[in-house]
Amino acid sequence: MNSIPQAHRVYAVTENFVSDRLARRHLRHVKERVIEFILFLAAFVSVATTVGIVVILLKESFVFFQQVSLWDFLTDTQWTPLFADAHYGILPLLSGTLVSSAVALLVAIPLGTIIAIYLSEFAPFAVREVAKPFLEMLGGVPTIVYGYFALLFVTPLLQMIYPDLPGFNLLSAGIVMGIMIIPYVSSVSEDAMRAVPMALREGSYAMGATRFQTAIRVVTPAAFSGIAAAYILGISRAVGETMILAVAAGMQPKLTWNPLEPAATITAFIVQVALGDLPHGSIGYQTIFAAGLTLALVTLFFNVLGHMLRKRFRQAY
Amino acid sequence: MVATPAPEIASVAAAAAPLPPKKSESRGLGFHYSSFQALKNINMPIYENKVTALIGPSGCGKSTYLRCFNRMHDLYPGNRYEGNIMLYPDRTDILNPDVDPIEVRMRISMVFQKPNPFPKSIYENVAYGLRVRGERKRALLDEKVEEALRGAALWEEVKNRLDEPAFNLSGGQQQRLCIARALATDPEMLLFDEPTSALDPIATASIEQLLTELKEKVTILIVTHNMQQAARVSDYTAYMYLGELIEFDATDTIFIKPKNKQTEDYITGRFG
Amino acid sequence: MSEAAKVREIRALIAAHKRWDLAFAMLGLLALMVGVLTFVALFGQMVIEGAPRLSWDFFTQFPSRKPDQAGILSAWVGSTLVMIVTAATAVPLGVGAGVYLEEYAPRNWMTDLIEINVTNLAGVPSIVYGLLALGLFVYQFGLGQSILTAGLTLGLLILPVVIVATREAIRGIPAAIREGAYALGATKWQTTSDHILPYSTAGILTGVIIGMARAIGETAPVITIGALTFIAFLPAAPFTGDPPAGPFEWIMSPFTVMPIQMFNWTSRPEAAFHHNAAAAGLVLVVMTLSMNALAIYIRYRLRKNIKW
Repeated sequence: MNSIPQAHRVYAVTENFVSDRLARRHLRHVKERVIEFILFLAAFVSVATTVGIVVILLKESFVFFQQVSLWDFLTDTQWTPLFADAHYGILPLLSGTLVSSAVALLVAIPLGTIIAIYLSEFAPFAVREVAKPFLEMLGGVPTIVYGYFALLFVTPLLQMIYPDLPGFNLLSAGIVMGIMIIPYVSSVSEDAMRAVPMALREGSYAMGATRFQTAIRVVTPAAFSGIAAAYILGISRAVGETMILAVAAGMQPKLTWNPLEPAATITAFIVQVALGDLPHGSIGYQTIFAAGLTLALVTLFFNVLGHMLRKRFRQAY
Repeated sequence: MVATPAPEIASVAAAAAPLPPKKSESRGLGFHYSSFQALKNINMPIYENKVTALIGPSGCGKSTYLRCFNRMHDLYPGNRYEGNIMLYPDRTDILNPDVDPIEVRMRISMVFQKPNPFPKSIYENVAYGLRVRGERKRALLDEKVEEALRGAALWEEVKNRLDEPAFNLSGGQQQRLCIARALATDPEMLLFDEPTSALDPIATASIEQLLTELKEKVTILIVTHNMQQAARVSDYTAYMYLGELIEFDATDTIFIKPKNKQTEDYITGRFG
Repeated sequence: MSEAAKVREIRALIAAHKRWDLAFAMLGLLALMVGVLTFVALFGQMVIEGAPRLSWDFFTQFPSRKPDQAGILSAWVGSTLVMIVTAATAVPLGVGAGVYLEEYAPRNWMTDLIEINVTNLAGVPSIVYGLLALGLFVYQFGLGQSILTAGLTLGLLILPVVIVATREAIRGIPAAIREGAYALGATKWQTTSDHILPYSTAGILTGVIIGMARAIGETAPVITIGALTFIAFLPAAPFTGDPPAGPFEWIMSPFTVMPIQMFNWTSRPEAAFHHNAAAAGLVLVVMTLSMNALAIYIRYRLRKNIKW
């Protein structure tokens, strides 16, 4: 080493040093890109899932609609796909879904809104801190347990008031479903109300308004689209609910608008078929996909509506 | 021989002139935000149908003092009042826990720093105070809304669009709307918390003009960080610093010949 | 009107309005009581009808046609195994997606598409996931009616929950920390793995626990893919039996889960089976509630511990 002139020594060292670093940097760069791609794939799974759902529902429904006309599907008043004289009208299932959802929303929307206003504008800090986790837990009870509760507690209870109530009925299933949905409605509504700026409340109080007047006349209208989004969320949840209805409302498709009767919803029907034994590729098998497609379209409609409402609300504040 | 009275005697004569009646008076007023004492021992009169300005550097407590008058601090936990604020002629102590803050707010209205119209129509914003009082007769509401909007010098600009959302108005118009809203219920006293700090000079000028007209009917207490504004619009000025009232006097006196060196330093811009 | 009369009038008005205040506060509490009472009644019923059936035998017996000899062995083992697959699916995919969306994703149409899909999937009814799994996993991919299928399905179901929790946890980290790491020459992945992920672990964990609590209680999608309701055997544990089972044979095995067992017993007319159902329900409720409570507790501690 000592025989090499000083300048050359420095040059030799730096040359090796630089190319080593360049090589390492390139490798690091490649590694980063690979990692990024893997993470992208993970994120893309969500898109793939949606595509999968759409493809599967459409594919099997397509086969179904080759054998059953769309007109019959939408207008026939009987749904008896497994009988010898098969009928494929979706109306009975739709009526079951609509009636049970209506009962549920009649419970969830008023109670959920009142709870939201109370927690946001009236409740002392201690009550809020206890009520919010409690409501979260209420929404975390498995729906099969709610189904059991509806069949074996609520129905007998209702039968004490109205003895002619059948063991399976849409009313008790709807009521229990409504109570299950309350946390969804109340938490989204409450978030919307808490987002209303304090300045608006101060303006109202400064005018001599009471808490109730401020809550009803100023805060609730200001939070309106957020509250509407909460309602839509509730509707979507009610339409998509399965187990409570499968257990407590019976699984007999019946075109009825009377909640005191047993009926099947779209979701309960799918469960009933899945419990049985249907060969892959039979028309019976395809009916659940046609029913599922109907369900998916209805919930998609409400989800998009709710999303648009929530976006509009966020823009206002 | 008749000699012109010496200047000292003239000001003594002026000082001997009867003071206007008092609308309100603070006695030994103190205020605590949790453990921090924001106001100390304030004793100050508010004269009826006059404009009183509160000036002082940032953080001196002037907004805190203002918000005592309509018990705004009650909305937030952990605050504590001391002393009293008397309201005349009925000698009610605003700060007394037995006195209902809502009652106080029905007699004393407030206009805030940033205009805060409700997400309602222009008409409904102004009518809000009346509706809160249970007033439902449409004819009466129409009349009071128009009267208030005229009083706020906004009527001509909005009379044809009363049902439009209040958010459509410009910043200056929104603030005048908030003034109309505060006026509609015929308050005895109006509190202004830096009402023009969020507005442009033209809107500011129109509101300052308004204050001079409004004092015929209401007593006005205004907080401002703009000394020139205080000099322009107020009859009496109070200078506050670090939660204490340093000096209170007629505006002319404070701005021309303040008695306290601290006041003088602030006014002449030696600090602020 | 005199000043005094005016003041009296105002006082009467305020008193009337205050009554509304009080009335509404009571109404609010009543509404909350509906929820509380429902929960008490539900839990109470589970305890009264089900607790007597809880015993060591109950946990170690298979279901049977005789109600007093039936147990939940196959059900809770099945649930546990399905949960393992669910976690193995949802956690890597969910955390990966969350990290990608927060740290890497550029502002373009592809990112918007992904975000729209995540939001949308959160609102899809669980039974539609079951239909997806039936058509795709069971038949198209040939995975059969197995634990693997169930785990994948439930993993996809709770994916939005994990993604959202990850994103929110990452958003809570101040930019200053990131900038500090980059300023020292760290690469994106180094910053992510050394700083971002460790600091957001608590928030991610909260989301994962909540998601798993939901997955344990899900019945509809698992029924749809064909989980059996009467299983009297356990999936083969690795390396046991004759001939020895492979390490992953259990994953392709038929199975049942706790909610399905409860559903099966509830559907029987005999009251004795209803007691079994209540017992199973009690176990389920206790499990999901403790998981939710754990998540809430972690979230509470998280709020207190890290002060940026």
